[in-house]
Amino acid sequence: MAFVAIADRDHEQEHHDPQTFLTKYVWSQDHKVIAIQYGGIAIFVGLIALGLSILMRLQLGFPNTFSVINPESYYQFVTMHGMIMVVYLLTALFLGGFGNYLIPLMCGSRDMVFPFLNMLSVWVYLLSVLILLASFFVPGGTTGAGWTLYPPQAISAGTPGVGMGIILMLVSLAVFIVAFTMGGLNYVTTVLQARCKGMTLMRMPLSVWGIFMATVLGLLAFPALLVSAIMMILDKTILTSFFMPAMISAGEQLSYNDGSPILFQHLFWFFGHPEVYIVALPAFGLVSDVLATHARKNIFGYRMMVWAILAIGGLSFVVWAHHMYVSGMNPYFGFFFATTTLIIAVPTALKVYNWVLTLWQGNIHLRVPMLFAIAFIFTFIHGGLTGIFLGNVVVDLPLSDTYFVVAHFHMVMGVSPVLVVFAAIYHWFPLMSGKMFNETLGKWHFWLTFLGAYSVYLPMHYLGFQGVPRRYFSMGTTDFLPESAQMLNASITVSAIILAAAQSLFFINIFMSLWKGKKAEKNCWGATSLEWLTPDQPPKHGNWGHDLPVVHRWAYDYSVPGQEQDFTPQTVPASEVPVGRDHGVTHESMLEEFQEK
Amino acid sequence: MTITLIFLACIMATLIFWLLKQTLNTQPWVSDAEADAVSGMSLNTNPQTIGLTTFLAVATSMFALFASAYTLRMTMPDWSPMDEPVVLWINTGFLILASVSYQWTTSVALKSHAQKIKLGLITSGIFSIFFLIGQFTAWQQLIEKGMYASSNPSIAFFYVLTAMHGLHLLGGLYVWARSVIRVSRDADAESIRLSVELCTVYWHFLLLVWALLFSLMIST
Repeated sequence: MAFVAIADRDHEQEHHDPQTFLTKYVWSQDHKVIAIQYGGIAIFVGLIALGLSILMRLQLGFPNTFSVINPESYYQFVTMHGMIMVVYLLTALFLGGFGNYLIPLMCGSRDMVFPFLNMLSVWVYLLSVLILLASFFVPGGTTGAGWTLYPPQAISAGTPGVGMGIILMLVSLAVFIVAFTMGGLNYVTTVLQARCKGMTLMRMPLSVWGIFMATVLGLLAFPALLVSAIMMILDKTILTSFFMPAMISAGEQLSYNDGSPILFQHLFWFFGHPEVYIVALPAFGLVSDVLATHARKNIFGYRMMVWAILAIGGLSFVVWAHHMYVSGMNPYFGFFFATTTLIIAVPTALKVYNWVLTLWQGNIHLRVPMLFAIAFIFTFIHGGLTGIFLGNVVVDLPLSDTYFVVAHFHMVMGVSPVLVVFAAIYHWFPLMSGKMFNETLGKWHFWLTFLGAYSVYLPMHYLGFQGVPRRYFSMGTTDFLPESAQMLNASITVSAIILAAAQSLFFINIFMSLWKGKKAEKNCWGATSLEWLTPDQPPKHGNWGHDLPVVHRWAYDYSVPGQEQDFTPQTVPASEVPVGRDHGVTHESMLEEFQEK
Repeated sequence: MTITLIFLACIMATLIFWLLKQTLNTQPWVSDAEADAVSGMSLNTNPQTIGLTTFLAVATSMFALFASAYTLRMTMPDWSPMDEPVVLWINTGFLILASVSYQWTTSVALKSHAQKIKLGLITSGIFSIFFLIGQFTAWQQLIEKGMYASSNPSIAFFYVLTAMHGLHLLGGLYVWARSVIRVSRDADAESIRLSVELCTVYWHFLLLVWALLFSLMIST
């Protein structure tokens, strides 16, 4: 049975169109509204996590100066900061936010194929966030077990939030996974079955490829977190011994027997490592489209980029135990996982080369989205290279519990994706709002963020080499650390505060632009992909007016030789404008032209 | 983790092989009149089937991970095999009957026999409810014998696995109830047929999962 989008079913159209304020903006089934709801919730909860990180930094930079920060609350801040940033901000923003907004528009669909399920997804996500935040207000507060929630510590006396805090965290994660699954089913099915005519898989923009593969990874990897959360809740509440070993606490023998904490680690990282790519792959896709558009050049090696996404997706399931070199697992496993970790670096590096080669000889427009996209290449290379250090067992062992690891994963999984988030928001803001943002304010935001991030995380590598341990509330008296280490910590804290404060420029820019911003021209960046070709800007419900678009070319026909315009939209037939390499310019003639230049 | 790895290797290999087949010989940067005429549907089926298949992959991943955890945990010294209640065999029979009944309902749905569809759906539902009651009885029998989840990890796994499987069946029964209402209200034959087909696939899946979990539990 051929699929007909709900918006195309005449008899259902009337019921599907939002009739009231509530159905248009609150209980909306429109993918664009849902995307903004996802984004709004994610950014709100992300700001809480940002605030927590500043509290942590205050303690590290100026130990024992602030009475509100004690060892218990410090560990609670660490835990909530990590979990919120990784799961509730980045995963939700990339897939729930950008995935929802861009998939139907870039694929030429009216909406997601299951709009009601999509709406449920965002409300269940909100529920998971509320459960998580509720844990701040229960007796004992939120859990302080660290974002990895390792047992036995996570549910043993002495750990902050060992009562309701840890239970609410685990329940919240389980609810989040339900929400993600509802959304994920939509993303996969829409990409596979609801594209417009002519939109073959290989004509899809890389953003859709990245989001699609990340969703597949999420759907297969999140169950590992669900399984471990369920089993840990049972260990905590009805005293099963899935993960809890026999132990004595406060002189008393607990009723647990021979549970395996390593089993939890395997399950957690079986989710945890693909999670890195659940965040990274959408970022790879989005940044590819931003780079190509603002460099006015087709993405270099499109087909290789797609294969690299597939390869990374496949390999991401066989590298998880490189997070566990110090867990005491069989050393032969270490050899295996070090090898697979180095192998996954190959398709990842290939993507980096292709981004750089896309820029080479491009007509680069250093607008705000492009600045953030180029900055991403810097920080991602940086974080990627330190990852090669940590992927090797012998190097990882001494560095594992130091600030080197903190610096590495913040560069690769914190700063890099966040830079892409900003690139993407600035890039698609005119489409989403119909308004232009303030370029000057955007550039200030960029430079303060880029330089701020480096001044926070670059020194952390040196702290790590010196042996400064992570997860410590205070360093105490240590012989092997020079006094300068503390000075560096103080400087990092000051930088972090400036960096956090600089983000207010982003919010001021967005709100001022929404309120008083100049009206954006249609397709203001001269992009080729479908989302810019809707009859209305911002696109209305149903996206395409009466007729769905028909696609005749890929999404990267920029600066095709012999053409007046430096971009050709995907909907222009080949009979009107030649496609990509059909322009009649040969390799030899291009070489001659290049030599003449 | 071997079980999970094998499962994931199969899923990822299938997906990646299929995607590569779609992309290997394609040169999107040149004009392609054939591609211009492509409908935008990658698979010749309806989105509901794709949605269900994707969900089954997610559920399989979850059960495979539970099975991996089970096999890893059973290597610890405190593990002692549990004596599974006999009622589980009867329950298995009910689930098989539910599955067979669904299969029959699919065949009559193809011929659009509304009364027979209704009969088939109700029979399938009743067998499924008997299965759930049977599972609950097994729990009660264990509790009466003093075999609690905290007694031994093998018993804890029994409770968790049966609960997760039962929850999936409950979800299926929600869709089943909607299908029964649809048939009663004489909804269009095409949507009923699709609904019955999807339920049948789901019940077969749950039967397969139960068969594997039950085999794992009685063999260890």
